[in-house]
Amino acid sequence: MSDTHAHTVRFVRETMLPPQDPPSSQIGMVRWGRENLFDGPLNIILTVISLLVVLFLIMEMGPWFANSIWNANSLTECRQILDGASGACWGVIKDRWPQLMFGFYPPELYWRPVTALVLLFVAISPVLFPSVPKKVLYFTMVYPFLGVWLLWGGTIWGPVSVALGFVLGYVLVRATSQLSTLLSAAIVVILPILYWLFLAGPLVDALSAIAPLESQSVPSREFGGFLVSLVIGVSGIALSLPIGILLALGRQSNMPLIKYVSVIFIEFIRGVPLITLLFTASLLLNYFLPPGTNFDLILRVIIMVTLFASAYMAEVIRGGLAALPRGQYEAADALGLDYWKAQRLIIMPQALKISIPSIVSTFIGLFKDTTLVVFIGILDPIGLANATRASSDWQGIYWELFIFIGAVFFIFCFSMSRYSMSLERRLKTDHR
Amino acid sequence: MKKSVFMGTLATAALVAGYASATTLEDVQARGSLNCGVSTGVNGFSAPDANGVWQGFDVAVCRAVAAAVLGDPMAVNFVPTTGQTRFTALASGEIDILARNTTWTLSRDVDLGFTFIGVNYYDGQGFMVDRALGVSSATELDGATVCIQTGTTTELNLADYFRINNMTYEPVPIETNAEAQQQYLAGACDVYTTDASGLAATRASFETPGDHVILPEIISKEPLGPLVRQGDDQWADIGRWTLNALIAAEELGVTSANLEQMAAGTSNPEINRLLGSEGSLGEMLGLDPQWAMHAIAAGGNYGEIFAATIGEATPIGLARGLNAQWTQGGLLYTPPFR
Repeated sequence: MSDTHAHTVRFVRETMLPPQDPPSSQIGMVRWGRENLFDGPLNIILTVISLLVVLFLIMEMGPWFANSIWNANSLTECRQILDGASGACWGVIKDRWPQLMFGFYPPELYWRPVTALVLLFVAISPVLFPSVPKKVLYFTMVYPFLGVWLLWGGTIWGPVSVALGFVLGYVLVRATSQLSTLLSAAIVVILPILYWLFLAGPLVDALSAIAPLESQSVPSREFGGFLVSLVIGVSGIALSLPIGILLALGRQSNMPLIKYVSVIFIEFIRGVPLITLLFTASLLLNYFLPPGTNFDLILRVIIMVTLFASAYMAEVIRGGLAALPRGQYEAADALGLDYWKAQRLIIMPQALKISIPSIVSTFIGLFKDTTLVVFIGILDPIGLANATRASSDWQGIYWELFIFIGAVFFIFCFSMSRYSMSLERRLKTDHR
Repeated sequence: MKKSVFMGTLATAALVAGYASATTLEDVQARGSLNCGVSTGVNGFSAPDANGVWQGFDVAVCRAVAAAVLGDPMAVNFVPTTGQTRFTALASGEIDILARNTTWTLSRDVDLGFTFIGVNYYDGQGFMVDRALGVSSATELDGATVCIQTGTTTELNLADYFRINNMTYEPVPIETNAEAQQQYLAGACDVYTTDASGLAATRASFETPGDHVILPEIISKEPLGPLVRQGDDQWADIGRWTLNALIAAEELGVTSANLEQMAAGTSNPEINRLLGSEGSLGEMLGLDPQWAMHAIAAGGNYGEIFAATIGEATPIGLARGLNAQWTQGGLLYTPPFR
């Protein structure tokens, strides 16, 4: 540089100015507010209205929650404590807590459903989390029988003899693997059913006579509250997925018999409201079955709920199957895999991954639908809320019970939904 | 139980195993417990308490029958039934007796094939209004909005009553009593109508019961009673005479307090026959000679049960009214124990 500028330019800055803070209207809350809440006249109006609504709700409901009363044994007592003020009477939850949880289950046996619930989480952990050792899966296979025994009690040989039917089925699958698929399928299905029909009953009696391993039996009618919701919901969820997969595959099958049976089943069940099926379970079956048969009501409800959810599940999975590119099927064929191997190794993992959001939606819907059993006289949480209100102590109480039940259902459904989102992220293999 | 609890397949096996036909009494005795259908919750009539034990006026009938047949008032399996499921549950044999504030009507008795074994509560449809409206008679209700449960006899009674009296009304259909309370208190309707016992129970739960009046008019007959399946007369007799025994005990002055003493024998032969120290009434029914004594011991006589569950000392506060003994101007009149 020459010094020619020295006299033409009066001032040359030699150091940089420190950067200044942006104007206060362009930072932090203010900017966020201006951009998101007060951006133009329409948004300003909407914001003000929303704020007023929020304020109104807080003014209305705030005192009600703030004046919550936990220690009261009746609504009258709550009203005396409140002395005219508005307030929530949560005493009802405290008073009826065991009933809302377990229904009429014998109190000295509460540990059994609790253990069953804890073991349920152990049993599903290898399915949910990849870090859990795979050996736990053996426990998962035992759990359905263990859980049933814990909940209903009675002789342990009942669940054991039913489980033996599945073992028999598995052995038959192995033994008939050389035969044609159709023949082997027929043997694998028919023999265990014959076993359950004719052999299992006498076997139970014989085994109980030899080694009477029994726990106190609890009949289904003593189940109630969230115990019933969970029993129906969990069995429905666990059974509807495999049945749904089979139906979805059946619907795509080349064999007309299987195809039409699947289509008719799916379309019939989807065309009928769940409440109709429940009424069928509780009323119509009673007329068809010979009088005196003891076909457990909760079992009937579980079957109906499972059938209902399976039909929806089948369509959800068919959506996943349809989304797979044709090339995947051809690739599986090109590798020389047979039908079941192709489904197990190539098709289903991809189809199920695609369908996760819808599958979980169906699960959540199924779980919430369990409250419909109130219409056939099963005392689920909603039914118990009605029964609670029918006692002189608590007649006239509404919101507290419904808010509590709603909150518990929300916890279950929300955690299912969050888990499915994390599962989707974990299984994400593309790079979009 | 163990075989049919959880396995659909095994339940089918239970079907195949077949069904040995027996009378209801034999079934109940073999089972060791009575299956009694009750409502899923009606204040004062049947509701589980905080310990899960069913309490109420209808429940007391079940307990008395269980005590008469099995000697143990607690040997009852309560099966909650809704308005839709109650008759099927009874017809299919799921329950042995239905005590669920059910109105005795001809069609239910004849067409549905049941036998009503008596009336344990004479009810009637009434009206409740806000005191501020200043209405003192149902004839002043012209043009009112009325909260009414759909699909019940009350709906038909209401239409009849307003037509006879040449009045108009606007119905607000509701599904349950709980919903009705909310609608009525929120002012969605001027009048709430249902059975008078239900109105009293509902009013008792209000924050300010004094602000509401139950109008004096009763516009229908609702004889509520327990019922059994038609065709097993022995079982119907047992139910009918257990209920009669409770009523007769009140008439004869037998209470749970003096029961032991009277059972030892009194100077009144009818009491002796009732309590089994004379005659063979129990044997005729196929029961223990002390059957009536067990039934009365379960919850006291009719009057004691009434007082403990729905009477004037309870929050529901029903007066005896029609349900007093015939000697007191009521309708309770039991045939003689002879």
